[in-house]
Amino acid sequence: MKRHLISAADLTRDDALLILDTADELAKISERSIKKLPTLRGRTVVNLFFEDSTRTRISFEAAAKRLSADVINFSAKGSSVSKGESLKDTALTLEAMGADAVVIRHGASGAPYRLAGWVRGSVVNAGDGTHEHPTQALLDAFTMRRRLGPLDGRKVTIVGDVLHSRVARSNVLLLATLGAEVTLVAPPTLFPVNVDSWPCEVSYDLDAMLPKSDVVMMLRVQRERMNAAFFPTEREYSRRYGLDRERVARMPDHAIVMHPGPMNRGMEIAAEVADSPRSTIVEQVANGVTARMAVLYLLLGGADLGGEI
Amino acid sequence: MNDRIGTTRDGIVIRGARILGGEPVDILIRDGLLVEIGQGLSGGETVETVEAEGLIALPGLVDLHTHLREPGREDAETVTTGTRAAALGGYTAVHAMANTDPVADTAGVVEQVWRLGQEAGYCDVQPVGAVTVGLGGEHLAELGAMADSAAQVRVFSDDGRCVSDAVLMRRALEYVKAFDGVVAQHAQEPRLTEGAQMNEGAVSGRLGLTGWPAVAEEAIISRDCLLAAHVGSRLHICHVSTAGSVELIRWAKSKGWDVTAEVTPHHLLLTDDLVEDSPVGSYNPIYKVNPPLRTRADVEALRAALADGTIDCVATDHAPHPVEDKETEWAAAAMGMIGLETALAVVQEAMVETGLLDWAGVAERMSCAPARIGRLRGHGQPIEVGAPANLTLYDPAVRAAVDPAGYASKSRNTPYQGLTLPGRVVATFLRGRPTVLDGKLT
Amino acid sequence: MTDAISHALSGARAVLEQPDINRALVRISHEILERTKGGENVVLLGIPTRGVHLARRLAAHIKQFEGRSVPVGSLDVTMYRDDLRLRPARALGRTELPADGIDGRTVVLVDDVLYSGRTVRAALDALNDLGRPQAVQLATLVDRGHRELPIRPDYVGKNLPTSKSESVKVYLEENDGRDAVLLLKEEGR
Repeated sequence: MKRHLISAADLTRDDALLILDTADELAKISERSIKKLPTLRGRTVVNLFFEDSTRTRISFEAAAKRLSADVINFSAKGSSVSKGESLKDTALTLEAMGADAVVIRHGASGAPYRLAGWVRGSVVNAGDGTHEHPTQALLDAFTMRRRLGPLDGRKVTIVGDVLHSRVARSNVLLLATLGAEVTLVAPPTLFPVNVDSWPCEVSYDLDAMLPKSDVVMMLRVQRERMNAAFFPTEREYSRRYGLDRERVARMPDHAIVMHPGPMNRGMEIAAEVADSPRSTIVEQVANGVTARMAVLYLLLGGADLGGEI
Repeated sequence: MNDRIGTTRDGIVIRGARILGGEPVDILIRDGLLVEIGQGLSGGETVETVEAEGLIALPGLVDLHTHLREPGREDAETVTTGTRAAALGGYTAVHAMANTDPVADTAGVVEQVWRLGQEAGYCDVQPVGAVTVGLGGEHLAELGAMADSAAQVRVFSDDGRCVSDAVLMRRALEYVKAFDGVVAQHAQEPRLTEGAQMNEGAVSGRLGLTGWPAVAEEAIISRDCLLAAHVGSRLHICHVSTAGSVELIRWAKSKGWDVTAEVTPHHLLLTDDLVEDSPVGSYNPIYKVNPPLRTRADVEALRAALADGTIDCVATDHAPHPVEDKETEWAAAAMGMIGLETALAVVQEAMVETGLLDWAGVAERMSCAPARIGRLRGHGQPIEVGAPANLTLYDPAVRAAVDPAGYASKSRNTPYQGLTLPGRVVATFLRGRPTVLDGKLT
Repeated sequence: MTDAISHALSGARAVLEQPDINRALVRISHEILERTKGGENVVLLGIPTRGVHLARRLAAHIKQFEGRSVPVGSLDVTMYRDDLRLRPARALGRTELPADGIDGRTVVLVDDVLYSGRTVRAALDALNDLGRPQAVQLATLVDRGHRELPIRPDYVGKNLPTSKSESVKVYLEENDGRDAVLLLKEEGR
């Protein structure tokens, strides 16, 4: 494994399988009464969140604490950052505090790469702008594998705002590494140009993909996109690309429905679909802690890789 | 300020220089003019000698597009530091862009900038006037007053912003005809580039950075060419960056329209994949620039266009920024690169080493054409007896790693750090007076 | 087998062969039965990888001698080790406890080689997080000495005096295709 986890492309197939296998073992920890391991005692993990994301932050916090790491939550709101302190100065502060790992959520694509140039510890990308969110992809792959077995040849359909989705980017890269066949579905306005250079298929037609999907993953679509003319109305988006009961009925019996959250119920996903037994949405949250434990253990649990700044 | 080396003596003889890469000759300079060119010149005992064996003599370079930042951002650059950088790069004249603070949109500001250049004395500073008040894109600035001022402004540009209002652009093109001015358009359709961070293509899609489509540049260029033709005006296109733009300019020129264009050194060498992966990491804003770095195909098209004359000249778009404006996340970083001190080296690498231009071509693209477009007297003239002694001596035979530590510019935001580039400016003469000798400021 | 051949060529010495290993495990099985009153309440927990195979063999012998099915599980101690920082992060082994757990049971930890005692220390910590056994005992195929902690085995297949410059390698049919215990001179020490 590399020293940092910033892009799903950082992971070889062996790396990805090692993380998933490790997560499989760690999943058992959450089933027992003492949910804590001493592994990262004395290590410090900083959660550096420039965007509000309570669910991702507490997921990383729980993961680090279950491995006995010390956790420092650094929220940009109400801190010196909101008073104009630069990312670099924040990084130097964390460095002085001796952070072994920095988990960063930032609104600017690529911010974790910049941070990695300024701190000695491992950098874990917890979502950067519209770039990537690799631990989300890992927990998604972990969830799929637990439900469906090995991912080689599995057909995964990812639906929604691909253009602005860090979840989609990381999932496409990781799932391709793991041998799954990914198809992205969206209105043409919500694809990046040159999406055909990605390791996946592209379609504008959700209904055509449903019968051959093992997994249908719905992405959050922000209502503001409507104002920028990416689609005409919420209602039209929902009608063409929303997952409702009728569409779910056309999926194979074994197929599962995923959503990274937070959901717009009634927009990209109908409430009854989100709450159905096919939906893995609650599992994904639990699996998030496990997958992040695996990442933190594999990045921090061994010898210091001796990175230079 | 004017009593430097070279003026205390009677004159200077340059020995063995190869004018535009030709056979070695001696050049005698006296009273700011080239007075004799030939073999075995002595000029008498009071003449200072500059040995130029193996060096190429070019007319002093002229930059149509320089950001000197003064007034307003003296932390990034001043007229003095910027013109020192220009002299080290072989320039004898630079056009100072109008996006200062206050904006160069009145006779007062352009005269101030012009005078600062005169006082610094390293190269001539020819101010560019803003097209619209405060670069606001709404009301024409007092273009005539700037033209009539001591600075004698002939180039007008809202550079950094596009004059996107078609009516305003038409009026500006028409109005400057009265004093033979030219509007230099920063071609960027604003709605298509809202929040844009880098060239829109495969790399921007992967990196999740808002794309900057080529069409945003090309749409404005085609509109402005049609406008310029309609009103019979001169039009200059700043920093052309796409293959499509080249095609449009070629088409406009084929119609006989008075359209000129420039390309920056960085667009002749660098590509957008550096944003993803480079020797200085991923998402390093040292590569963030407006217009953005494009693809390899665009670079090839720009080189071909510069070689065949479709693009008239090289302009640096030297854009200094303090380190804190680049040591940030990509989206927060300022756009721009410094370029005065590397321009000739990059042009040698991209155009001469590839066989696309000879040294005469370099002189035309980096001195004569920009002086002509800017209606700048005394610069960009052939190296002939009687011409003003604005000269650059250049050693094309050396290669060295780019190290901004010794730059005269106040800023260090060069995208070439660590690259090995050819050539070295050995001496620069401004009206006979050396501003640079032996590669160092005098 | 190429591994074993290369060891043979580099001066490795087989200290136990298949019949020796079998005899040792039979004897340990009997000892466990004696010391635990017929294996009542016993759980065998092997430490991955080879300790798990040994635990299964012991359970098979006990079943053969007494007709009693002793629960077998595996206990991975990686996350409890004190030397994690000395090497790159390693893959985890499996932890699988018998369905009835370990509370109130007599847990016999099974490992292939007992050396510094640090693995056993980690195993005791791991057990502590998993439940509360009535007693914990330790069985090892080879005890090579050089303890660094106050830990001693209850059942030993063979005491093998070694130098610290040597290493002990256990091969088991289930994992390596043959049964053998080799003593290797480590090179470069």
